[in-house]
Amino acid sequence: MLVLAWLVVYPLGMVLTQAVGGPGGWTLEAVRRFAHERNEWQALLASLLLSIASVVGSALIGVPLGVLTARVAFPGRRVVATLLGLPVVLPPLVGVLAFMFLYGETGFISHLVQRLGGLEESPWRLEGPVAVLLVHVATMYVYFYLFTRAALAGLDPSLSEAAASLGADRWRTFRRVTLPLLRPALAGAGLLVFMTSLASFSAPYIFGGGFRVMTTQITSTKLNGDDRLAMVETAALLLLALAGLMLLRRTEGRRDAVGARKGIAPAPVKSRSALGTLGAAALGWGLAVLLTLPLLTLVVVSLVPRGTWTVEVLPPSYTLGNYRALVADPVRLKPILTSLWMAGAATLAALALAVAVGMLSRRRAKSGKLLEGLLALPWAVPGTVFAIALATTFSVHAPWVGRFVLVGTVWILPLAYLVRNLPVAGRAILAGFRQLDPALEEAGQSLGAGKARVLRRITLPLLKPALAAAASLAFVTAFGDFVTSIMLYTYDTRPISMEILSSLRQADVGQAAAFGVVLMLLSAAVFFLAGEGRGTAG
Amino acid sequence: MNGPVPFLRIESLSKRFGALAAVEDLSLTIPRGDLLALLGPSGSGKTTTLRLLAGFETPDTGRILVDGEDVARLPPAARRFGMVFQHYALFPHLDVGENVAFGLESQGVAAPDRQRRVAEALEMVELSGLERRPVGALSGGQQQRVALARALAPAPRVLLLDEPLSNLDPSLRERTRRELRGLIQRIGITTILVTHEQEEAFDLADHVALLRKGRLEQLGTPEELYGAPRTPFVAGFIGRASALPVRLIAHEGSTAQVELPGGVVWRVERAAPLGGSGVLYVRPEGVRLAEPGSGVVSGEVSGRRFLGATALYTVALAGTRAGETLEVLGDAAAAKLGNRVGLQPLGRGIHLFDSEEVGR
Repeated sequence: MLVLAWLVVYPLGMVLTQAVGGPGGWTLEAVRRFAHERNEWQALLASLLLSIASVVGSALIGVPLGVLTARVAFPGRRVVATLLGLPVVLPPLVGVLAFMFLYGETGFISHLVQRLGGLEESPWRLEGPVAVLLVHVATMYVYFYLFTRAALAGLDPSLSEAAASLGADRWRTFRRVTLPLLRPALAGAGLLVFMTSLASFSAPYIFGGGFRVMTTQITSTKLNGDDRLAMVETAALLLLALAGLMLLRRTEGRRDAVGARKGIAPAPVKSRSALGTLGAAALGWGLAVLLTLPLLTLVVVSLVPRGTWTVEVLPPSYTLGNYRALVADPVRLKPILTSLWMAGAATLAALALAVAVGMLSRRRAKSGKLLEGLLALPWAVPGTVFAIALATTFSVHAPWVGRFVLVGTVWILPLAYLVRNLPVAGRAILAGFRQLDPALEEAGQSLGAGKARVLRRITLPLLKPALAAAASLAFVTAFGDFVTSIMLYTYDTRPISMEILSSLRQADVGQAAAFGVVLMLLSAAVFFLAGEGRGTAG
Repeated sequence: MNGPVPFLRIESLSKRFGALAAVEDLSLTIPRGDLLALLGPSGSGKTTTLRLLAGFETPDTGRILVDGEDVARLPPAARRFGMVFQHYALFPHLDVGENVAFGLESQGVAAPDRQRRVAEALEMVELSGLERRPVGALSGGQQQRVALARALAPAPRVLLLDEPLSNLDPSLRERTRRELRGLIQRIGITTILVTHEQEEAFDLADHVALLRKGRLEQLGTPEELYGAPRTPFVAGFIGRASALPVRLIAHEGSTAQVELPGGVVWRVERAAPLGGSGVLYVRPEGVRLAEPGSGVVSGEVSGRRFLGATALYTVALAGTRAGETLEVLGDAAAAKLGNRVGLQPLGRGIHLFDSEEVGR
């Protein structure tokens, strides 16, 4: 309890107080500056609008894809369905990187267009709000897609059969029965996209250009040394996130509608004409290729030796040199190992905390609810906000109020990852606890087993699926983290994401891509090894 | 309960959950080797009582004595009670043998000995040789028996059964009940059974404790509860009975004269004093069909349930304002729907209570 409060609430409170506090006591000076600066308001508005647009765009792509792959039969349906789910294991920075290599000024597509049109310069610059939105939609549709599929699979088929027997045709059944029943899932996905987009940092950081959102605004203010203003900005983003969370929670609607689950999911509908099947196949495959093309690009680029690819459409030569350098060069290998241990440690700690909360909330319902809330809170708080909060809290040596100098040490990043991991780990593990029949633990006790033995022999083994899901989600999140890392890393503890960034700065795209591929593969491996290929953050 | 020395004694046990008194001042005794059924409607506190016995809840007040030792504040693991859970609570990640061995491991029984005792326990429930079967692959009846074997393997002092038959198919229930009775008698273990089914309690138990709103209504043999209910609730809950409001006319010794709706007067046994009005609980076998006439309760047959040799008739009493009815057991051919019939009391299966007692 104390640990959670210290890690979650305390830093956030610190941000709020520092925003209005100064060496000379309370002051609203920074707030006033924030309120009068047009840039600041624009960034706040931009964050909000970008998030709303991302939700709409992701829904427009994700929902039809979900329905298509779940309900319409076409050749290769299963492969397409799997391909489309891939971005869920993709760290945001890698997605951004891949996008850049494909559609960026020097990417394949622009090279191609330039060559075909005989243009002097790249036909476009992948920059500004539209670019950011594109990246968001292309990576976040996956939430709508997965939620739609999961909800469709959980729907009682007899419901649509009932509609059909009442004389409704397919379209009417979908519109009047299926879609309303999907609403809770769609609201959940919408919430997830909204929060992810609000907290998004990599895309606006790399593609934003002059377009500023709150997360990038905070970082630049902080780097400019205007700490107080950065605090106010952080507080503003925090409040926006919490407001968004509450608003969306309210419109989430009743959840009981999906409760009725029985029987098996209906077989996918076969189109009545060959043309229809062909159309469905083309649509499915087309979008699958379009959406996974960036990943392929990333792999291709990672094989390009430094400085060899300049104006050609396709790189002239390929080599494994970039990967060899990763293993052979200790300077390059180190970030990978650093990321591995930091993410691993943060994951273990998050699991332990989540299990402790689960056990406590089982015994004492009231304080348990509070603890569960604490676990979930960091989810609503953008990573940038937390990075700032932790940086503030742990840059002062004042042990009597629970503050230590951790910034600049190896401990700050694992700690940050831990806090950011709590919601995913907590959600999976608490869900596991809820599915656990308390009678099982009671049976163990009545058979003479003490608390430790019940935990070791009954509770933990039964939680194994939940633990695996939590561990993989938490690890992948921490492993690919960019947002908090950029604020808190030191040279000795730089994680992969920082190394990608510095490779990019040195125009060593092949190296950056190779890091990206390693990040992607390790994340995917952890994710699928844990046997939770289909489980999502929901 | 008189006679044998009580093995298990519950003394003024109370447990509140917030404002709700789940169990209030409950006292019971059970002789060694007997089976007691805790019977009652949902919310009567029978499950809480069982959980207090098992140690999953701690009582606010009161004692639980086993062989003279107070276990009320011991953790469940230290009580040496065996329990069969309503949904069995078999450990899904362990196989049948590991489930049964679990309690023996907790006691530190060495491996070879453990194996033998697991085999013995499984043999007892006629599941020999199923040690390596995953519990998910068992039928409902088999799961129930594994749960029983698991509870019995560590040789507990008391066996607790939480609605052990409620999860079985009705067709399987009667047979399993017979087997359960045979097994418990063979082992001779002191057993407490929670059930909301009177038939189950009557069939299995030596003693039945009927609970209502956390309080004990009556403790006795099944015969005592049916034949001599001490409260209107017992009379209404155990077996079938029609309740009729009556007016007291005279009360001499243990016989009362009461006026039924419609004006007819019956003589009924009642030892305890009465106020001016009462309620009569009439079992279907407490009256018989007769010719309608003066001085005889009469009415019209408004319902008939065919039971084979007999039928259960519902008679709407004549001359009543509230439309009271009486159920009566009779020959299957005795009457038809719409017939006018008379009803004669038989001197048993009729219980009179004061109106005050009913409202309680």
